[in-house]
Amino acid sequence: MNRVVITGMGIYSTIGLNLEEVRDSLYHGKSGIVLDQERKEMGFRSGLTGRIEAPVLKGILPRKLRIGMAEPGEYAYMATVEALKNAKIDDDYLEKNEVGILYGNDSCAKPIIDAAKRLMEKKDTQLIGAGSIFQSMTSTITMNLSSIFKLRGANFTLSAACASGSHAIGMGYLMIKWGLQKAIICGGAQEINYHSMGSFDGLSAFSIRESSPTEASRPFDKDRDGLVPSGGGATIIIEDYESAIKRGAPILAELTGYGFSSNGAHISQPDVSGPTRSLEMSLKDAGIDASEVDYVNAHATSTPVGDLNEAKALAGVFAGSSPYISSTKGMTGHEMWMAGASEVVYSLLMMENSFVAPNINFNSPDEASAQLNIAAETVETKVDMFLSNSFGFGGTNSSLIVKKLSLQKK
Amino acid sequence: MASDTVSKETILENKEEVVSKINDFLVDEFEVDASSISPEANLKDTLDLDSLDYVDLVVVIENNFGFKVKGEDFIDIVTFDDFYNYVMDRVATRD
Repeated sequence: MNRVVITGMGIYSTIGLNLEEVRDSLYHGKSGIVLDQERKEMGFRSGLTGRIEAPVLKGILPRKLRIGMAEPGEYAYMATVEALKNAKIDDDYLEKNEVGILYGNDSCAKPIIDAAKRLMEKKDTQLIGAGSIFQSMTSTITMNLSSIFKLRGANFTLSAACASGSHAIGMGYLMIKWGLQKAIICGGAQEINYHSMGSFDGLSAFSIRESSPTEASRPFDKDRDGLVPSGGGATIIIEDYESAIKRGAPILAELTGYGFSSNGAHISQPDVSGPTRSLEMSLKDAGIDASEVDYVNAHATSTPVGDLNEAKALAGVFAGSSPYISSTKGMTGHEMWMAGASEVVYSLLMMENSFVAPNINFNSPDEASAQLNIAAETVETKVDMFLSNSFGFGGTNSSLIVKKLSLQKK
Repeated sequence: MASDTVSKETILENKEEVVSKINDFLVDEFEVDASSISPEANLKDTLDLDSLDYVDLVVVIENNFGFKVKGEDFIDIVTFDDFYNYVMDRVATRD
């Protein structure tokens, strides 16, 4: 079995458009949540959302490489450029090696809606335009980025609701561990446009604390009233340890554990046993005791039942130890398909800069979160080992464990 | 893509305006260098048109002039001047 290391990361999010900005936002507990009046005009129950500046790729990428790109692909592109750069992977390396891409994504709604509108207006499929099909498919990110970066390795998208980005990293980890690939671009991206969020808003799952947008997402707090949708793009570069050393790559950390499970229950109601099994599997895979984990980046999205059940699962698995726990979704909102990847990037930034980012808006615990060591404020501390949780609709669960490479291998 | 259909009268009065309008959207939408456009230049080679680009060329013509190019019509359009004249002819016969 090969060791799997992380050699690059990149981020394009509502709390910053690059690693430096995001690191500062994480440290200072800055929120990326706003109230979007357009959503209210469209009949949304909640107009709250993460907001992000759209990248301008005209002038950066030629037209032929842009026409198939929609919102999540653009975010993923920005994050991947940054990740490749700090992994010191250039065009020459990509040309001479079979680098793969496994990205988490589960929708690209706006181009589909735009195409349907155009078809109804023109009654002619040829007038929809050439880029629409490539923008619309769930695999839009991997098909575009593999063409842009001329990738020749594994190339597919992983869809697993709000655990998509985490499972994409987990699957990449297994492919490298088993010797099937030497280097893989892994990540997750999420569209923010209101077109994609109307049906989710209709489930009344979103916070309606519209009078105070930056206090709306409050994971684990007893007064939480729902999640806030958000998005962006996050990429990490994972590599086989030996080949990373051989090429002199900067090594950020080692990916040592991946756990997964399915609740086998309700399509949208979270439970406790499924996440517990995912957590335990990741610890077993990493060959560590729960007490060795310094920090848990929780999935907690600020929904009443989801946070309650995750808190119960964490309290059970980490009984006898008390790692710092925070959900960065208090700042970012729920980045859904992207979240599993972005939260690994956020945690890597904490590891690199020796702090735990705050679980903002955590003012009072409920009976379950009171059992946890939740970092309500920024904590200056070494993070040598972290665990990142991601759960999604259909009861899909994923847990990843990352450790500093300077620690001795088990 | 902009939907700014030019009136039939305007087009037929002045070929220069048609040429200018076409060149503008080719520069804007297809990102071709304006200096590489000339009446005698080869349209396909200059724009580096592939099968997907032809689809978008049909869309952009429809948006700007209000008619749809038939795929087979591109066979006889070799130069930019062929393209300008084709647009003029189609507009002249437009209802």
